Amino acid sequence: MTLPGKLTDLFQLGLDAPICLTWELTYACNLSCVHCLSSSGRRDPGELTTDECKRVIDTLERMQVFYVNIGGGEPTVRPDFWELVDYATAHQVGVKFSTNGVKITPAVAARLAASDYVDVQISLDGATAAVSDAVRGAGSHATALRAMSRLSDAGFRGFKLSVVMTRHNISQLDAFKAIADRFGAQLRLTRLRPSGRGADVWHDLHPTADQQRSLYDWLVAHGEQVLTGDSFFHLSAYGAALPGLNLCGAGRVVCLIDPVGDVYACPFAIHENFLAGNVRSPGGFESVWRTSSLFASLRKPDTGGACRSCGHYDSCRGGCMAAKFFTGLPLDGPDPECVQGHGSAALAAASPASPVPRPSVDHSHRTVPVTISRRRPPERDCDENPLAGFAASSS
Amino acid sequence: MSTEFDLDRPWRVDPRVSMRPEPFGALLYHFGTRRLSFLKNQRVLAVVRALDDHPSARAACAAAGVPQAELPAYARALSALAQSSMISERTRV
Repeated sequence: MTLPGKLTDLFQLGLDAPICLTWELTYACNLSCVHCLSSSGRRDPGELTTDECKRVIDTLERMQVFYVNIGGGEPTVRPDFWELVDYATAHQVGVKFSTNGVKITPAVAARLAASDYVDVQISLDGATAAVSDAVRGAGSHATALRAMSRLSDAGFRGFKLSVVMTRHNISQLDAFKAIADRFGAQLRLTRLRPSGRGADVWHDLHPTADQQRSLYDWLVAHGEQVLTGDSFFHLSAYGAALPGLNLCGAGRVVCLIDPVGDVYACPFAIHENFLAGNVRSPGGFESVWRTSSLFASLRKPDTGGACRSCGHYDSCRGGCMAAKFFTGLPLDGPDPECVQGHGSAALAAASPASPVPRPSVDHSHRTVPVTISRRRPPERDCDENPLAGFAASSS
Repeated sequence: MSTEFDLDRPWRVDPRVSMRPEPFGALLYHFGTRRLSFLKNQRVLAVVRALDDHPSARAACAAAGVPQAELPAYARALSALAQSSMISERTRV
């Protein structure tokens, strides 16, 4: 959608209910993608129960939230996933869910194809297995293609093929489009953020300046055929605005409910600084959305800060809050991927000693096996003292 | 965008469309096309809500208090909604 400037100004002040609500149902995931925005892997024991999820859906129905973007983790590994999808659609809350495809059997594909109220987004981060599996893990490319093939065979048209753009796959844009076309899907491209485990790989994986330019040109050429989740508005400073809401929607039109019910300003901002409340608290989600002081502050008009004097500020609006935050840049300054180069200059000027914020929660799979049966050998033969190996504390 | 919108035909909101009032007007979401639209003020919202109950779009505009001079602008807004399948012609009045 293309919005006139005036409407963008109104959106800036926030809406009675989010347009685009992301709900991560679980931190559990069969994969360990290196750039996972929510540092998922292991289930959190405090996950919302089935009944608690249904109460959230009741609230969303009352607030007339048209649809939720369900993600995770891998949401389909929750045993009550289909029950919750059915409950949501029976209550006029549409569902779009993101999946790596692991649970898309032919029977599931047939069932999904039959519903107007459920949309599916298959994640794939390389047009080739080599590029995708390097990020998402061995075998994940084949799993995603199998799922797309099943959806296509079941007659599902217009499901989404969702790609996070990296330094290694920008050259594959046409190939991604061809894959989407082959399966009757719509291509959706989103921006790599330094959120979650993405912080650890962002410096190596984010597109180069030249790649950003070619991505922008490709997006302009393909217009509304290709979805972007409005995530590339920082590129609008190249020239013509891209289709969509060229505005940071955090707390204004978007937010995140995480698996334990915490409400964050945006899916890429899982950090206590952007935590607005919890759906378990009195008043539930509705109260958080309408009365959170954090959201109230995010709905104030942008001042522009250090970007105010830049002639491109009206196009890019200073870029992505989460990208700035997790690279240690001030929120009222340039985006780290500012196309005018102000972000890379700011990153270069930042003191290496100044700490970069880390995500507040981490459910990554433990990649180092925990050994419980074998006794660790003494560090030195004479160290059979029970405190051996412990750093000296006070006393 | 076509402006050939027939104000004298009966129209209705597509049953797969959900409408949510907002301070600036309303948001519309079509579950079939999965697209969003916006109604930019309260009066156009009143017009859209009146479509089902009136024999023509012109009558719905009148019921919502649209001044004669502004009818072309409302016809353009309705035309855009028709093109995105948010509203369609009623086959029976």
